[in-house]
Amino acid sequence: MEFTFTDEQRMIAETARAFFSENATSARTRAAMEGEGIDRALWHDFCQELGFSGISIAEAAGGAGLGLVELAILAEAAGAHVAALPMLGSLMLAAQAIAAGGSEAQRGAWLPRLLSGEAIAAFVEDAGLEVRDGKLTGGSGFVAHGALAELFVVTDGSGAWLVRRDAAGVSVTAQTTMDQTRPLAEVRFEGASAEALTDATEGLATANRAALVGLAAEALGGAQASLDRTVDYARERVQFGRPIGSFQAYKHRLADMMVEIEQARSAVYWAACAVDEGSEEAPLALHAAKSFAADTAFRCAADMIQLHGGIGFTWEHDAHLFFKRARSIQTLLGKGDWHREQVAAMILGEAA
Amino acid sequence: MKLGFSQADEHFRQECADWLNGQMAGEFRDIKGISKLTGSPERRKEWEKQLAAHRWSCIGWPEQWGGRDATLAQQVIFAEEYARAGVPGRVNHIGIELAGPTILTFGTEEQKQRFLPGIAAGETIFCQGFSEPNAGSDLAGVRTKGRLEDGEWVVNGQKIWTSLAHISDWIFVVTRTEEGSQGPRGLTFLMMPIDQPGIEIRGIRQINGDAEFNETFFTDARCLADSYIGTVGEGWKIAMGLLAFERGVSTLGQQMGFRNELDEIIAAAKANGAAQDPLIRQRLAKAEIGLRLMRYGALRMLSQTDNSRMDGAALTYKIQWATWRRSLGELAMDVLGQAGEVSAHEDYEWDTLPNLFLFSRADTIYGGTNQIQRNLIAERGLGLPREPRWTA
Repeated sequence: MEFTFTDEQRMIAETARAFFSENATSARTRAAMEGEGIDRALWHDFCQELGFSGISIAEAAGGAGLGLVELAILAEAAGAHVAALPMLGSLMLAAQAIAAGGSEAQRGAWLPRLLSGEAIAAFVEDAGLEVRDGKLTGGSGFVAHGALAELFVVTDGSGAWLVRRDAAGVSVTAQTTMDQTRPLAEVRFEGASAEALTDATEGLATANRAALVGLAAEALGGAQASLDRTVDYARERVQFGRPIGSFQAYKHRLADMMVEIEQARSAVYWAACAVDEGSEEAPLALHAAKSFAADTAFRCAADMIQLHGGIGFTWEHDAHLFFKRARSIQTLLGKGDWHREQVAAMILGEAA
Repeated sequence: MKLGFSQADEHFRQECADWLNGQMAGEFRDIKGISKLTGSPERRKEWEKQLAAHRWSCIGWPEQWGGRDATLAQQVIFAEEYARAGVPGRVNHIGIELAGPTILTFGTEEQKQRFLPGIAAGETIFCQGFSEPNAGSDLAGVRTKGRLEDGEWVVNGQKIWTSLAHISDWIFVVTRTEEGSQGPRGLTFLMMPIDQPGIEIRGIRQINGDAEFNETFFTDARCLADSYIGTVGEGWKIAMGLLAFERGVSTLGQQMGFRNELDEIIAAAKANGAAQDPLIRQRLAKAEIGLRLMRYGALRMLSQTDNSRMDGAALTYKIQWATWRRSLGELAMDVLGQAGEVSAHEDYEWDTLPNLFLFSRADTIYGGTNQIQRNLIAERGLGLPREPRWTA
């Protein structure tokens, strides 16, 4: 038992933090928001120069063979800058599903291109599918980074399929999305050709675990950044002749943010570790981490707006980027109430 | 980063569980499950001696002083198994967790010889004399005076909230020994025997009807001249060092007690149908998640190799558990409904859950109120401007 980073993990964290703080600047993120919701140069550098895109993909599938702790470290660093990257759909969901559930041919066809950043994949869930003769009909209105994807991993819970963007019967419409750093798209299939994922159960379960940890870690990074930026402001901004951070009504709210964030940090790394170690606590830990960290990110970003006063409500200030990202994390992959209901069923000993 | 315990640790866990369960099924079955700190004090003093006889009383201490030099993992395991077996809290908690480590760290060789064997053996029960009627959150405002006279310290004044003073043998007292000094300067940390004419103890009845806390009055109370720890006039440093021990491994045992409380609430909710209420289900889940996060926060805090730096997990731990447990008390009452507001006992005695509801109002007050915790977090953790305080 040693619940602290190893030297290697500390090094990954330092490298990732430096990479995002140097490159995922507010100006670049805002440029991405004006366009397609992706910083393509950043994605290229993340995948190719930093070389961390396959960090938690098995070595046999072309990844680095590390675990979800390392994935969480990356996602936390990216979340601290609201980086406009397709990490969730392409790496945490699609690549994980293909690596764990795909045939050798499927892995060979897609993983090198996804991990290099050459291709982007998106994940279409709750697709309400009708499957006939290997062709899919259905879709979803809320596919993260769907408008950029060359490949869709599609599921309705019962199975999983790969569908190419350029297949006949696939239509994609970008949506005006509140969080412009991870825009949603409407993706529709009308008898589109699909290839079943060989082991859908394993693929979906693996992707779900990775994405829950990744989203929770991203939320943690955003929450911590919201606090850090507000603390800086509290020390600079003077009213009534004093820095506003010297007023108890103000500093106690910052203290409350830190109390929440420290718990979210425990939640994220507990869940990541529990999955990596195959602990029987893993399912509960994943529900806990996703619901707790998402709520923490939202509360901290909302407080960042309030504690900045008027400037926090402007488009110019970054507070709204964290606020909108936090809201989308709360919704993605199951709302907090749903995750807590799963926990309740577990502790009350009701069959899931 | 690793959460699992080694196989050797799991063997140790079995050894702890076997011994503790054996005791709770055998010679000490009468004290099993007592939740109040004041229940059956004489038997629980005997239990302290029994722990010592089997070298379980202070496993984290060095072997030389009756401990086992236990690793962090072993201490965590023992604390968890102790509470899981339904063993009541340690009446010598303050001796083992606070006084002992303080003497080990700051005491002279002679003081170690004098005090440690008695504490380890369960024969010397300690209590803590810090707070005063006018020195609560502002602890450095203590006025109890100490002066040297004929080779003895003579102490006059009053301490308050001295938990379990009425069953203790010794008390450590922060006294003002420099005439006219203010704040943290001029204080001395004294160890005093309680059984003497100059010390009078009066119980304070609390909102739950129980009297775990006391007022302790000193009227020309005495102790030997060499009964100070550290340096005369620099007792503040010792008092602060002692408070750091409070965040130790004992928190894991405390959490297992919380586990038992939450389990009792879950059982009550299933029995009376409250578990069907979606709002109650959300709150049960939140309580469960909060408890798990407390455990992993504590493990993060204890895994820090550099103890000189208070990291975020350590700094936020007190407000986290206290606030969680206070909410747990409210949840317990909402699960019980009106049945929780009546007692089958006489003398205003309460079962575990209603008592939890009442007692937990103290959690966010003692050991630094939530308001003081927020000051500490904002100032030490976030570097924000400090509140006005004593100038040195």
